[in-house]
Amino acid sequence: MPNAQELKQRIEDAIPGASADVEDLTGGGDHFRAVVVSEAFAGHSRLDQHRMVYDVFGEEVGGPIHALSITTQTGREP
Amino acid sequence: MTDETTNPIRDAIQTAIDDHEVILFMKGTPDSPACGFSARTVGALQALGAPFAAVDILPDPRIREELSAISEWPTIPQLFVNGKLVGGADIVTEMYEPGELAQELGVDAPEAPAEAPAAEAPSPAPMGIENRLG
Repeated sequence: MPNAQELKQRIEDAIPGASADVEDLTGGGDHFRAVVVSEAFAGHSRLDQHRMVYDVFGEEVGGPIHALSITTQTGREP
Repeated sequence: MTDETTNPIRDAIQTAIDDHEVILFMKGTPDSPACGFSARTVGALQALGAPFAAVDILPDPRIREELSAISEWPTIPQLFVNGKLVGGADIVTEMYEPGELAQELGVDAPEAPAEAPAAEAPSPAPMGIENRLG
């Protein structure tokens, strides 16, 4: 069962320079919210930024990870 | 299902996307969303008074599989405007606040939303996909 710490680690390992905050929304290990900050998002549409995060988990999204709510930021925006 | 050259479900989904200016693929129906993310997205669209078609992906798991193959987007809901994926619940919600969503939909931005989205019944959504499966 995935946990928030594991998701955070995997996002940070996969996306260059990323810093992620991941929260398990229900405590059930299947609904997560991730706030990801990375310079790697610069120049990408919001759609593609979210895809970059989804891509870290591939088929797991919709599988063991039922829901992954994403907020992406480039650098130090408010 | 041995015929690999035709994919009627994918074709039906693509046709639905092409034929409707604004179409939401969701879990459940606008009147009875089956998931919080779908409910949130419906709420944003209804708050703007934007007419939209809705397709419930739950009746057949293949709808979701084929939809995600088309959109390269793994989660539900998915909002399409003019044939293009706008995003899921997070993006639609993010776009709602600054009036970006209204712009995308070509409707007036909400002034000061005095109250929560009215629960008026949306116009019945064309549900072509299911019907064509029979």
